[in-house]
Amino acid sequence: MAENILVRMTIKEIITHLPYQEPFLFVDELHEVSEKGVKGSYTFKEDAYFYKGHFKHNPITPGVILTETMAKIGVVCLGIYLLKEHIEASGFPKIALTSNTVDFYLPVYPNERVTVVSEKEYFRFNKLKCKVQLYNEKEELMCRGTIAGVIMF
Amino acid sequence: MTNIDLIASLKKIVKPYIQNEVAFENLTEETDFINDLKINSANLVDVVLDVEDEFDIEIDNESMEKMLNVKAAIEIISTKLNSK
Repeated sequence: MAENILVRMTIKEIITHLPYQEPFLFVDELHEVSEKGVKGSYTFKEDAYFYKGHFKHNPITPGVILTETMAKIGVVCLGIYLLKEHIEASGFPKIALTSNTVDFYLPVYPNERVTVVSEKEYFRFNKLKCKVQLYNEKEELMCRGTIAGVIMF
Repeated sequence: MTNIDLIASLKKIVKPYIQNEVAFENLTEETDFINDLKINSANLVDVVLDVEDEFDIEIDNESMEKMLNVKAAIEIISTKLNSK
């Protein structure tokens, strides 16, 4: 099948279009991406600012940060890929998180590398809704949920 | 399907997304989804997807942009149902 060279997009290109940077990046690499979903990973550095406060003398990754990681890899990266035909050369997408429901099962500690697996439920009228799961290196399910956002270039 | 039936179906569809109960209870053809029912634009997408499932029709971008109140929604749904 002939593939249009203009609409082909590499994983590296997706990351260059992310409108974030440390300390609020939460995407190290993507392993797979397709029209159906995305898989990527991130390592929580032990010197991350939120560990100073969550909790006192007992650093555990906050649930909102896990949700953020799931949204960045699972929804934003996938959204950029799905909009590949509409991207301007160096443009960043406009993004708004619109809803999320997440259940948490196990704590994520500093220096843990987590993998996010996201499956598209739908992408219509610029709203992307996904089922997202987050695993640790032992492939244990740490949290999962449904996250939706609006994304456009 | 009469307009009364359509409004009843539509009322059931929008219920989970509304934020103004009074406007919802008093819903008429003139009711605006965003200004009266206070449905946010992201949930308006869910309303449209639920309308597609309920009536087995497809709403295109152009129709989506017009579907901002009960009257417009009924017109769009009726037109799509009649052209099936």
